[in-house]
Amino acid sequence: MATTPNAATPADLAWSPRALLRRIRSADEIAHVITLIAAATLLLITVLLVYQLWVLSAEARAKFGWSFFVTGTWDPVAGQFGALPFIYGTLVTSAVALMLAVPLGVGGAIFLAELAPPKLSSSLTFVSDLLAAVPSVIYGLLGVFLLVPIMRTTIQPALKRTLGFLPLFQGPAYGIGFLTAGIVLAVMIVPFVLSVSREVLLAVPRDQREAALALGATKWESTWKVVVPAARIGIFGSVFLALARALGETMAVTMVIGNNPKIAASLFSPGYSIAAVLANEFSEATGNLYLSALIELGLVLFLLTFILNGLARLLILVTTARGSGVLPT
Amino acid sequence: MNARLMWRKTLNVTMLSLTGVCVLITVSVLFFILGYLVYNGGKDLSWSFFTRLPAPVGEVGGGMANAILGSLKLLFLAALFGVPIGLLGGVYLSEFGGRTLPFIVRYTADLLNGVPSIVIGIFAYALIVMPMHHFSTLAGGFALGIMVIPTVLRNTESFLSEVPSSLREGAFAMGANKWKMVATVVLPAASRGILTGVLLALARVAGETAPLLFTAFGNRYWSPGWMQPTSSLPVIIYTYATGPYEDWHRQAWAAGLVLLGLVLVTNILVRAFLSRGTSFERS
Repeated sequence: MATTPNAATPADLAWSPRALLRRIRSADEIAHVITLIAAATLLLITVLLVYQLWVLSAEARAKFGWSFFVTGTWDPVAGQFGALPFIYGTLVTSAVALMLAVPLGVGGAIFLAELAPPKLSSSLTFVSDLLAAVPSVIYGLLGVFLLVPIMRTTIQPALKRTLGFLPLFQGPAYGIGFLTAGIVLAVMIVPFVLSVSREVLLAVPRDQREAALALGATKWESTWKVVVPAARIGIFGSVFLALARALGETMAVTMVIGNNPKIAASLFSPGYSIAAVLANEFSEATGNLYLSALIELGLVLFLLTFILNGLARLLILVTTARGSGVLPT
Repeated sequence: MNARLMWRKTLNVTMLSLTGVCVLITVSVLFFILGYLVYNGGKDLSWSFFTRLPAPVGEVGGGMANAILGSLKLLFLAALFGVPIGLLGGVYLSEFGGRTLPFIVRYTADLLNGVPSIVIGIFAYALIVMPMHHFSTLAGGFALGIMVIPTVLRNTESFLSEVPSSLREGAFAMGANKWKMVATVVLPAASRGILTGVLLALARVAGETAPLLFTAFGNRYWSPGWMQPTSSLPVIIYTYATGPYEDWHRQAWAAGLVLLGLVLVTNILVRAFLSRGTSFERS
């Protein structure tokens, strides 16, 4: 950061007309104010966003109160709105996605940070970053026409044969449903887990690895027992970040989840998520209560991702900013 | 070699190979997606895809000219609204800010970046569609513009703060004002990085569907001016992919290929040529 040689002298700070004129003439003040306004606009937008969501969901909040979150019926015709099936669907699909994406992402990050030569590592990270740039509707397109048929004819029957004794893998194989949505989400969030975990692993100092190796540990032992534990808080951060993405992901999920507001134990069952119901019903919502209930769902989604993101950034900041990567336990 | 050591060495090799497999799976997904889209969409790409309007519902043929133009108009609005705010805000954080406010702005920008795009859509709906009582290109562009701001802002700031202080001091020594120093020395020095951020942010929102569903909506015809609903590539891919007609599905693949091609080419070109040697945060 540069120092400011022409910082204000006491005379400049006085509110005399002459001093004011001089400050305006210097043009620095104008530039300061203009850029300040731009930065403040960002804050204003965020505050306005929360305010709008809060005010426009007032009707639903007043009518249903907390029972909105535990009611399982969503019947726009009868004016009955409960968010439970959507919250359930959002959580279940995100959980499936995390279970698949976290091992894949963290494993890949270990390879990129510990094993791959720097050149290979950065070009593979580049490809993974490109994967993160693929629009969500493209994932949905592949989900609908490629993954859903495979799920219906191959994967779901196979799961039923081998793990069918679990309630998770029972019921008819439609192809669409929680499991399919979870798999698509997993593919979408792996790049985030991968690139953030790689960064926090790289932030662990070399000495740690060398000390472990010098004690006779194998490469894997030094990685798994020394480097990964040292970076674990940052890795948790990357997981939270990915979870926040998964919760709010809309298009790909909408296209493969089945869009049926019901709560079922089976992962094969069609379901619904918060983001998907917004995408499907928002522009067709008739009546203020209906719209207000949908906006309350948006508020829930906003708060969930807001909290998770805040937490994730804090965790990543803690690991990478310390440099040492080692945290007191 | 005793059994214990054997076991440790086997575990070492197995686990390390597994991490390689993880990367292989992740990376091959991209090539698979690309290949599958080229295979499915390539055969339906024709000149008329780019020049003609959609055929009447149920009829075969037609193109997506209106969706392509619609997407360009939306991106133009997004850039018009989002880039100046992001850019100037970034300059504030790096050059003029004190201590507390920049911290708050930075944190808020990161959080706003993580807000689901569909919620941004609700916001644009509440702010523009509701008072106007109809969907419009303007509302869609506004929604996309909001999504551009945090990325451009954070990116501008990080590139400005990488400019060495000797350059600033040199400008001051020549007698420049602060704003002159920023405008003629610091900004040009960081211009490549800043441009990278802007292009990547636009490439990202170009593929956004969710915030357009109830702002720009959709339109089977040309959308004159800025106050009418408009078609756009991502939304039409969604509509066609989930629609009942075989011909729609084929066109959805073609449109998907065009969209993915645009996004990937922008990403690759920008990262390869503009941001050489610099890395910046993607999230």
